[in-house]
Amino acid sequence: MNKIIDLDMKRVFTLLGRKVFGWINNLGASVIFLLLAFRQILRPRQMRKVIQQVYYIGARSTMITMLVGLFTGMVLGLQSYYALVKFGAQGALGTLVGLSLVRELGPVLTAIMITARSGSAITAEIGIMRISEQIDALNTMRIDPLRYLISPRITASIVSFPILTVLFDLIGILGGYLSGVILLGANSGTYFYRVQADMEIKDITDGFIKSVVFALIVSTVCCYQGYFAHMREDGHGARSVGLATTSAVVLSCVLILVSDYVVTSVLSQG
Amino acid sequence: MDAPLIEFRDVTKRFGSRTVLDHANLKIYEGQVTTIIGLSGSGKSVLLKHIIGLLKPNEGTIFFRGNSINSMKKKEMAASLAEISYMFQDNALFDSMTVYDNIALPLQETTNLGKSEINSRVMARIEQTELRDSADKYPSELSGGMQKRAALARALVTDPHIVLFDEPTSGQDPVRKNAILSMIAQYQKKFGFTAILVSHEIPDVYFISDRILALYDRNIVFQGTPEELENFSHPFQNEVINSLEGLQEELTGLYSKRQFKVLNHTALSRKSPGETYTVVVFRLEELNTIITNLGYEAAQEAIRKMGVYIEKNFSVIGGFSTRLSTNEFVTVLPYSDKSEAESILKDFINDFEEQGIKEIWEGARSRPASEVCVEFVIMAGVAQGQPVAEVDTVIESAKQQQKEIARLRCDGGR
Repeated sequence: MNKIIDLDMKRVFTLLGRKVFGWINNLGASVIFLLLAFRQILRPRQMRKVIQQVYYIGARSTMITMLVGLFTGMVLGLQSYYALVKFGAQGALGTLVGLSLVRELGPVLTAIMITARSGSAITAEIGIMRISEQIDALNTMRIDPLRYLISPRITASIVSFPILTVLFDLIGILGGYLSGVILLGANSGTYFYRVQADMEIKDITDGFIKSVVFALIVSTVCCYQGYFAHMREDGHGARSVGLATTSAVVLSCVLILVSDYVVTSVLSQG
Repeated sequence: MDAPLIEFRDVTKRFGSRTVLDHANLKIYEGQVTTIIGLSGSGKSVLLKHIIGLLKPNEGTIFFRGNSINSMKKKEMAASLAEISYMFQDNALFDSMTVYDNIALPLQETTNLGKSEINSRVMARIEQTELRDSADKYPSELSGGMQKRAALARALVTDPHIVLFDEPTSGQDPVRKNAILSMIAQYQKKFGFTAILVSHEIPDVYFISDRILALYDRNIVFQGTPEELENFSHPFQNEVINSLEGLQEELTGLYSKRQFKVLNHTALSRKSPGETYTVVVFRLEELNTIITNLGYEAAQEAIRKMGVYIEKNFSVIGGFSTRLSTNEFVTVLPYSDKSEAESILKDFINDFEEQGIKEIWEGARSRPASEVCVEFVIMAGVAQGQPVAEVDTVIESAKQQQKEIARLRCDGGR
């Protein structure tokens, strides 16, 4: 009986160990992947590709980012107003909406929205290129796929994420104004005064740092999953691209939230 | 023989527990067309991918110009790869780019050429591969044959020294298949690159190959000329060649060379000493002029039609024919003498002129590149032999006696 339990325990630990080693291996490979692609950013002929990707990743995500930003701000304004009114502190509505958006909700929700819209498309596109031998074709033409495909996407993400985050924040603050001031009757002048007076430059730079970190995470995870779609053990061909896309979105969202906590902790120490 | 350009020494490749190449040895020489033949799934593409560095062997060494690839520095390796171009079996065209952009990409990304120079090179390849009307289309909007041609244009646009073709004719009809092979052969002669093909299109590839490598049971079992392969005694012959080489040639519908030999042997062995038979050797001259003016497909159509009309006219008197080379045919008439053969030859010319040429010209005119009328120059030689004489000697004698028998204009005039 004890022997059977020992064997089962051994099997459990073996599986767990294999999983953990797999994760560590993937993490290490992703970091190397990012560094190798990052090296190529300043190579010649990159600017045009970066601008194209800024359009695909950034510009085409503008509408959805603005829409989500507007309703996030409106809900925030609504909920905060009802909470603050209980303490007679509705004058702090601008502070609450502004800081929540700039410090946390703006970078996090923007990153999640771009992951859903553009990250999944990046993984699917690169994954299809991989399984249809288009990446092999680049290699045979002596075109480095990391330079040609990956580096412009990472650079474009680093450019697009902060810009979209700023847009999200601004629209969100306007959303809070719409629900808190126009619909519920909070004071208009106080709202904007609080937003301006209680927001420090550190709040803005922290939000900016977060959006850059998220850009690196999302672009690396999405490109990596697509680039190595053919090496997945749980599927082949089109199925592997589908699974890679799902993994990329889920992993990106989880890592955005985990890294948000880590970055917030580190930045609040400073 | 010169030192090999590429050499495999005891190369072994495994995928998990499956061994695809087992101590394979081969040599590929510069300036030749070398074709690797074997059954589907035998590892031909794997072998090709080792040459371009997409796969690495588990054991053994690959030499490029006498230097081991394993011990090459990164720069040396890059310089070697710069000489090679690769045409993928499934084309691997970038599906989000137009045909023009696909062909221009290697020049835009790996050279410092100006925009106008790139444009002129790309347009030259587009013209040569008859893709002018498809330059702005996406690969998914093209037929399989056009996609192949686009991939071929992309492989040749950098003027490589070595071009690897992975099943360049797969999924094509017989005319297009032979048009692509003829295009490869013509470019190879024109630009002098080393062509390495992977194919199971037997016997079509024989017409353009200088050397054949046979991959069988995870190893290279034969290296030599197509003629040497015919006398190669090995299970490969029965299991691979005979299964791939049909009784009839796909393009022309004539007997395959092997079947022709069998028929020849049977017909002539029945003859008693003193009885004679006749051999006619036909040749369609100036194939390059036809290609230049009417395109590759029209040239192959002309060869196909010629085969069809030879068969139609000579089979009624018991003749059987095969294709000797790209544009040469031989017919054996076991029951006819020279004068009867010459009279049928006249009927063949009349029939070919009245029907065949018209069909070729109408087919060619439907393609935009074909506006110029060309002449079809047909040569023929007739020789008579006796059963005691080797048929090859009689064929050779007929070749010696070849003379122009017709000069037919595509618009019907002589």
